[in-house]
Amino acid sequence: MEFLNEHVVPYFNYWVYVILLMIGMRAMITKNNLIKKLIGMSIFQTAIILLYVSIGTKSDSTIPILEEKDESAKAALTQTAESPQTSGDKSKGTDSGSGAEGENKKKEKPSKYAKAQPDRFANPLPHVLMLTAIVVGVSTLGVALAISQAIFREFGSLEEDEILTKIKQGGAGGDV
Amino acid sequence: MKWIGTIATVITGILLLSAIPDFAHFGDPHSPANAGVDGHASISQYFITDTYTDTKVPNMVTAVLADYRGYDTMFETVVIFAAGIAIFAILRSFSPAPTPSQSRVVDSSVDGDHQRIIIGTTCRLVIPVIQLFALYVVAHGHYSPGGGFQGGVILGASFILMALGKDLGAALGRFSEKSYLALGCVGILIYAGFGVMAQFLERNFLDYEILHHLMPATGPVMARSHSMLGVEVGVAFTVTAIMFAIYVNLSSKGRLDEGL
Repeated sequence: MEFLNEHVVPYFNYWVYVILLMIGMRAMITKNNLIKKLIGMSIFQTAIILLYVSIGTKSDSTIPILEEKDESAKAALTQTAESPQTSGDKSKGTDSGSGAEGENKKKEKPSKYAKAQPDRFANPLPHVLMLTAIVVGVSTLGVALAISQAIFREFGSLEEDEILTKIKQGGAGGDV
Repeated sequence: MKWIGTIATVITGILLLSAIPDFAHFGDPHSPANAGVDGHASISQYFITDTYTDTKVPNMVTAVLADYRGYDTMFETVVIFAAGIAIFAILRSFSPAPTPSQSRVVDSSVDGDHQRIIIGTTCRLVIPVIQLFALYVVAHGHYSPGGGFQGGVILGASFILMALGKDLGAALGRFSEKSYLALGCVGILIYAGFGVMAQFLERNFLDYEILHHLMPATGPVMARSHSMLGVEVGVAFTVTAIMFAIYVNLSSKGRLDEGL
């Protein structure tokens, strides 16, 4: 119970990703059917994508898209403007950096979008990386399915051991 | 032999689990990835605070994707295109089917007709809406969740729905093999064209700022925003074409005669 409270519960999300990754990896290594191997590959990719997206989350933050100024945004802005003084040393270095940049840009004409506070928006970088990773995942899956279809056309089977015995018996053979 | 794979998986899992305590807690705004290390701000904080002043694009993901990391996204598009070409090279066969139309006799009973009426009518109603939404997602990627990849996939899905709901021939009549291969190339050429245009104006590849000379009544900042839209359109073209190409080739075993 102590182990659960200390090591599992605070890092529950990472446990889920590791277990998903293990499921996918075991499927890729031990399954005999090529399509099942591909399903394992997709599960593996999903684990990595979830890991990245969870790294980019911040509590009490929204999606990384600026919203037009309205009453609620103004209220949130005044809140976050006060918070640096109260939030302690941890965020001091980063906040002072962004504050200096904000002063430099004060002379610009006011826009209809509020000046962004880093703590109010989720980290956009993992989202970008995973957006492209998902797309690469789709294209690798498509190519893999095409190759397995070509293998089925050649050997009449998607089972790894049957394909291997047919290769050992002497090549592909168009007798299928 | 299966136990070797299981043991390897378990060992990998244990090693990964032993590394977990080094990670930040879920949703921690001060984790190294979100806030940087030792007073050095993370690059993501720059993206959040300065994207709008740099590019006038409220959606930071789109701005980072198409501008700051434009090189990455361009070759991402090339990866998709290469996947489409690879599938074409692996599967496409121009010989006629060995046993033509024997494997799939069209069920012309009354029940089948009814099914086709329901499915066909639904598809006819739904497909235009899907396509309109896809164009919205592409064009509105600056202001809301969306962009070239997402809109392209939705647009490709509408053609796949057409192929599923009617038959492959109907979809290929709308979007033939020649045109989807051409569209895939055109998308990449649009993207690379924006980069090369910046080079012709004596800037780096994909440095959109200088393109305001070519766009009437736009400043350097708005030029980045508009160029991003152009680039996203190119991405959407390629993704649409290749998604449809993957489906068409896989579902007809590369013969493009009859689908699922």
